[in-house]
Amino acid sequence: MKLRSWGGLAVAAVVILTLIVLATRGTTTGQSVPRELQELIQARGLTPDQARAALQTYVPPGKYDDYLMFSSGGQSGQVLVFGLPSMRLLRVIGVFTPEPWQGYGFSKESRAVLGEGEAPEDVLTWGDTHHPAISETNGDYDGQFLFINDKANARVAVIDLRDFATKQIVRNPNAASNHGTVVSPNTDYVLEATQYAAPFPFRYAPVASYNDSFRGLATFWKFDRARGRIDRSKSFQIELPPYWQDLADFGKLESDGWVFMNSFNTERATGGTLDKQPPIEIGASARDMDYLHIINWKKAAELVAAGKARTVNGIRVLSLADAVTNGVLYFAPQPKSPHGNDVAPRGDYIVVGGKLDPNVTIYSFKMIQDAIRAKAFAGKDPYGVPILAFDRVVAAQVKVGLGPLHTMFDDKGNGYTSIFLDSAVTKWSLGEPYHRGDAAWKVVDKVSVQYNIGHLSAVTGDTIKPGGKYLVALNKWSVDQFKNIGPLFPQNLQLIDISGEKMRLLSSTPVGLAEPHLAQIIPMDRVKAWTTYPAAGTNPLTMKVDPQAIKAGQARIERRGTTVEVWMTAMRSHFTPDRIRVKKGDTVILHITNIERAKDAIHGFAIDRYNVNLSLEPGKYETVTFRATKVGTFPFYCTEFCSALHLEMVGYLEVTP
Amino acid sequence: MSAGVRLERLIASRPWTSRRRGRAADRPDPLLWTRRALPLAAAALLLLSLLVPYWQVILFAPQYPGGLRAYVYLTHVGGDAQEISTLNHYIGMPGLEAAAPLERRLAIPLFVLAATALLLSAYARPLRARWLRLLLRLPAGLLPVGVVADLTYWLWWIGHTIDPAAPIRIEPFMPVILGRGRIMQFGTIAWFSAGFFLAVAAAVLALYDFFRERRA
Repeated sequence: MKLRSWGGLAVAAVVILTLIVLATRGTTTGQSVPRELQELIQARGLTPDQARAALQTYVPPGKYDDYLMFSSGGQSGQVLVFGLPSMRLLRVIGVFTPEPWQGYGFSKESRAVLGEGEAPEDVLTWGDTHHPAISETNGDYDGQFLFINDKANARVAVIDLRDFATKQIVRNPNAASNHGTVVSPNTDYVLEATQYAAPFPFRYAPVASYNDSFRGLATFWKFDRARGRIDRSKSFQIELPPYWQDLADFGKLESDGWVFMNSFNTERATGGTLDKQPPIEIGASARDMDYLHIINWKKAAELVAAGKARTVNGIRVLSLADAVTNGVLYFAPQPKSPHGNDVAPRGDYIVVGGKLDPNVTIYSFKMIQDAIRAKAFAGKDPYGVPILAFDRVVAAQVKVGLGPLHTMFDDKGNGYTSIFLDSAVTKWSLGEPYHRGDAAWKVVDKVSVQYNIGHLSAVTGDTIKPGGKYLVALNKWSVDQFKNIGPLFPQNLQLIDISGEKMRLLSSTPVGLAEPHLAQIIPMDRVKAWTTYPAAGTNPLTMKVDPQAIKAGQARIERRGTTVEVWMTAMRSHFTPDRIRVKKGDTVILHITNIERAKDAIHGFAIDRYNVNLSLEPGKYETVTFRATKVGTFPFYCTEFCSALHLEMVGYLEVTP
Repeated sequence: MSAGVRLERLIASRPWTSRRRGRAADRPDPLLWTRRALPLAAAALLLLSLLVPYWQVILFAPQYPGGLRAYVYLTHVGGDAQEISTLNHYIGMPGLEAAAPLERRLAIPLFVLAATALLLSAYARPLRARWLRLLLRLPAGLLPVGVVADLTYWLWWIGHTIDPAAPIRIEPFMPVILGRGRIMQFGTIAWFSAGFFLAVAAAVLALYDFFRERRA
């Protein structure tokens, strides 16, 4: 008995000891990783918040980001594509500027896009890209197309998001510059607002005749989704007073059919500093109020369709007088030299950043409609446009800080406004039906950014379904944020976590190639991009197999008079043919088909001294046309490292005297 | 009448004889069911096998995550055949599309013939002689063996038809038909695919009642 109980005790002791050993071992293994990390965090001098931010934004090799951000590329005339949350640059898309890596502006096809059919001396080789707009279906991004404006030359470009390549550039025939590119909830129209008023119809007119001969314009480019092109013949413009129309947004849901557009310089200042006139920056900031433009675009489209428009420089224009008479155009006062102009997710509010006023002013669409019905006008502007009474249309003002600009929204009924002078982002709550009672119209949080924030962008933050989660601040100045690399400082894009009550700054990304303005962020899986062109010989303009594309074994050279035409294939690791002989003065046409089908089997095609470089992605067909003006024997070679025998992927062009 | 029974009657019917002999269809024949149904199924499987690959090889290398796959059908080579052929040219090996040109052209007519022979063996009343029926079923019975022999030959041909002018020189070799192999930086795994197994099943069904008759 005694022995047995001793035995039992011994067994129990062994069991307990084992458990203790296991438990301590368990905790040591459990703790060893954090301790190691702890040391790493200490060694790198990170705060716990910074360590958390690092873990939140790290994307391991082979894993993908959750979101794509399409950012304007500013003066580069390009579009930049980033992955979020890593903020890695995934792509640059050539739009208004030749871009050799993509062969953009070198092939006959892309030169046709870049040149817009203009005479060679009129072809522009740069643009100032500002506002990307992803195509929408029912007010939400559908990831099919991207539009972007060129502020400098009043142009809008269409990018197809199957191959991330620019397909069309349209030049506004009556505007000199633009600002703001937005799409209607189903992408029927792409709206381009003029920035600086210009003589209308576009011609020479002295600045002294500004009030009479200058005008602003709202241009509604009709988008033909099936063709993937803007249709000039179905587009129209609305003539506006010569204020500087700025940013615009389409109404959605309850405000569908309307457009809201801000303006500044309703003073109509035109400078003249040498004549002792105030500079424009002073003259244009004299008044306390400018005008929010409220445009019934569906009615305008009906009037234009009914023939109430005249064609000016090839595009139909609804006159200012007709717009006013038919209830297409109303104004509402807005303080003071405003900038942002953003419609809330349900389409019920329009949020305007004061820029020189510390408030965001929130206009109610319902109140606007009531005021229009009740003719609650406070007067008319010099061009006869009725001005709605401020207190009849404004639902609230929220004091968000000094220099409020742009606003985007999250999934919990909050607005996020970029605050330029304070270098901050302010989070504030919308009113009913988003928030009620005391919770409405309140500043919730404010976070500092580095520095001088312009636009900001939240995940699907300007659609009917904002995604929340992340926000990117696009800062104009980086000052001390990055190692000095000369006096041209990079821009600073900062990623902010907006999933919680408090915003948390996660990372800074220098952009050292231009100044991005607006960006838009879309969930990665909504963009269905091609890995290769779907069939060998696809022409990137028609997106169909080109009749001139060839298969393996069909390569040939034909001469017709002084034209030499070459049908060439590119395939690892050879061009066929690899010898071309022409005479000086011949016109040379190369039809090149990359007959590869493997993804990433990309070939470049460059001819030395002839300013030619193409990018031939698998399946792509492109054409090069040039006159053989230089006598000599010139190598042509593959410029995209394709294979072990890439250096051997070469041939000779002989140009005989 | 259940669907199964209806199908059984349909298969067992004698389209050529029932009109003239009237009651012949009612006469019980215990072996008739298998004599008809099995070759019929064999013919169906045989034709079906033309639609799916017989053999496949997967090539693994770092720059091809997920591997490159060649699916060898009797009529063509599918999958990443073009990419594999592109790579082959670096070591002077013929492209996959260069192999078995005659066989690929003849595959469909041969299989239709084999299937027709199976149907004849099952339905044609005059062909009562056992050896004649066996003869008609032999093509289907021997096809899998033929396919393997032909595949082996052409793999040997590909591995031994090395262009001496190729940029990268390798010794002629016999590619692995079943299992793992290695060529340059590529690991390979080769195995039979659905088509081959269908053909084997067809062969078993085609010859099944001879074995049974012999046992009986």
